[in-house]
Amino acid sequence: MEQKKLNPELVKLVEEWKGKEGNLIMILHEIQNHHGYVPRELSLELSKMLEVPLARIYEVITFYNFFKLSPPGKHLIKLCMGTACYLRGAGIILDEIKNILGVKEGESTKDNLFHLDVVRCLGCCGLAPVLMIDEKVYSKVKKAEVADILSKYIKEE
Amino acid sequence: MEKINIKINGREYKVSSELTILEACQEIGIDIPTLCYLKDLKSEAACSICLVEVKGAKALMRSCVTPVNKGMEVYTNTERVRIARRVNLELLLAGHPKDCLVCDRSDTCELRKISFDLGIREARFPKVSKVELPLDTTSVSIVRDPNKCILCGRCVSVCSSVQSVKAIDFTGRGKNSKITTFFDEGLSNSVCVNCGQCVMVCPTGAITEQNETEGVWKALSCPDKFVITEVAPAVRAAIGEEFGLTAGTLVTSKLVEALRKVGFAKVFDTQFSADLTIMEEGYELISRIKNKGVLPMITSCSPGWIKFAEHFFPGILAHISTCKSPQQMFGAVAKTYYAKKYNIDPRKIVVVSIMPCTAKKFEAKRPEMKSAFNYWKNELKLENKDEFPDVDYVLTTREAARMIREAGINFASLKGEDFDEPLGISTGAAVIFGATGGVMEAALRTAYEVLTGKELEKLDFVSLRGLQGIKTAEIDIEGLKLKVAIASSLSNARKLLEEVESCKSPYAFIEIMTCPGGCLGGGGQPFSLNEETKQKRMEAIYQEDKNKALRKSHQNPAVKALYKDFLKEPLGEKSHYLLHTHYAKRKETPYGTEKA
Repeated sequence: MEQKKLNPELVKLVEEWKGKEGNLIMILHEIQNHHGYVPRELSLELSKMLEVPLARIYEVITFYNFFKLSPPGKHLIKLCMGTACYLRGAGIILDEIKNILGVKEGESTKDNLFHLDVVRCLGCCGLAPVLMIDEKVYSKVKKAEVADILSKYIKEE
Repeated sequence: MEKINIKINGREYKVSSELTILEACQEIGIDIPTLCYLKDLKSEAACSICLVEVKGAKALMRSCVTPVNKGMEVYTNTERVRIARRVNLELLLAGHPKDCLVCDRSDTCELRKISFDLGIREARFPKVSKVELPLDTTSVSIVRDPNKCILCGRCVSVCSSVQSVKAIDFTGRGKNSKITTFFDEGLSNSVCVNCGQCVMVCPTGAITEQNETEGVWKALSCPDKFVITEVAPAVRAAIGEEFGLTAGTLVTSKLVEALRKVGFAKVFDTQFSADLTIMEEGYELISRIKNKGVLPMITSCSPGWIKFAEHFFPGILAHISTCKSPQQMFGAVAKTYYAKKYNIDPRKIVVVSIMPCTAKKFEAKRPEMKSAFNYWKNELKLENKDEFPDVDYVLTTREAARMIREAGINFASLKGEDFDEPLGISTGAAVIFGATGGVMEAALRTAYEVLTGKELEKLDFVSLRGLQGIKTAEIDIEGLKLKVAIASSLSNARKLLEEVESCKSPYAFIEIMTCPGGCLGGGGQPFSLNEETKQKRMEAIYQEDKNKALRKSHQNPAVKALYKDFLKEPLGEKSHYLLHTHYAKRKETPYGTEKA
């Protein structure tokens, strides 16, 4: 595995934010933007540079759903569990995705092809239940269609 | 401090305006139940048990974080309060295992006691999460069971505010919240110093010591083992509490008898090696002063502090005395000098130390603590596979009490016996190792006489005593003015160490104890959150010092004989190999156990 290091941009950012209130979240955001997640090695570096305890960094990363501890899958599945989607059976769709991919919400598949996230409302309740894969929206999804939708991405590989 | 009038349960009281409702109630004799409040620490207001009704306030208030106000009317015992407290407690219990019968904290659990006191007689709510979380057993000192955790946050507060270690924190949110280390990697892979203060404050069985009693029982029943024990000073001032005696009852001789009845072949005293430590450390201090060595010199008996320094202050390791702690000196001497003198095969000797401390378990397992093995290696043609540690098992005060109970010994009724000779002989200077400032005082008693050649008339260095977190003094040794400082708790130590780090420390000699109050408040002591208990234990320790015929380490006849027959002189070659050690910077966190 490649040794992860803070790149010069991030180092500059850390220097800028050193000692300022709320700096940890700002910097973690940037790290995640850059790497797609917060690599453990970078937490170690950050801890030294900011003099923030490691346990505290872990607290912040795990508190916010936004932060990820492992590299996210190539395709991001966002399944809506907002009220409308929920009432229209999003739960069944979620179970089906979990079944097929063998992951829980917030996790990536072993081959790292998919990452499954559950979100609250994608803003198109008329199309419930809705799921998004990357930028593509799938509407009025039925349980029987799920395998088909996913297989397109699997075939692509 | 302004006094204000408030009404509690309809009666008028005058209380300090700086108190919270909970503290004001405690002052007037009302104990409001709480599972998260700790005196002197910022409350997390996490448990929601301490609710009270305040006239004019819509909601019930958490008394631990609500300050008193002029004219406030508080009700602590209304129907509304009682029902709310119970429901909140029942909700906590819903997520808590009900295996109290087989729990380490069975009879000392605050959660169990409060449940009983508040009249909970059934588990109304089902368990929310069925997931069993894995235990953290990575540490040789401490075990964490997140399933028993009620998220009160006391351990996090103590670790961060009192010890400034910050090895653990809350993680996750909602029902996934738990307290853990960085990336769940476990205490041994963190900056945890094994002090066990988290064990002391945990209201449930979620944090306990690593139990070593089974190994000790096994050794005791093994006919070809020679199992001996050494007892630390602070243990005798506290273990009585485990058997219902009031805090501060000195039970030294009862403890000796009890341990003999448990089955130890010899009952020795860590105080013997505390006297030995003073000889080595006192001479080391004198040598550093005379030869312009690295000053201030800092004491090295407290293993939590040593690991703390290796993590957080690697730049000042040369300031720490190279002396091993009394526990380790004992093990090294028992398996060399004693084994030789009484012609016992060192491989058969099992040293069990009884300590007020959880960090001592870690210390005994440090890879460099095998000097007796190295001593015998050539003579007995030992191979690496025969390796044995200087100290085999470390029991906390609580574990020792458990063994005494298991053996069916009626502790309180024992008449009492004396320690075995020669490793059971000690002076008053060794007793006071158990209290903060004691090592310093003991060292000064010896250093004074060695430096001046005169007899020290006033043995009590009163300015070095007391439970304050930091104490400083200037000691006059016939014109040589020695500035000294004493810290107990690592947050206090940190203040003195930052001065040392930046070369601004005005002191020549610093004593550091990991736990607040010193060993008497150690993480392996009987459970108590009471400051008064510590005060009583301290008084007992100084009383024992007074009772001793000899009160200066260099007067100890057994230590004298040890030097004459074996070691030759303090800081000599044999001492160097057996009684001194070295420290090393630890790799950046979280590689807590790995040396750089």
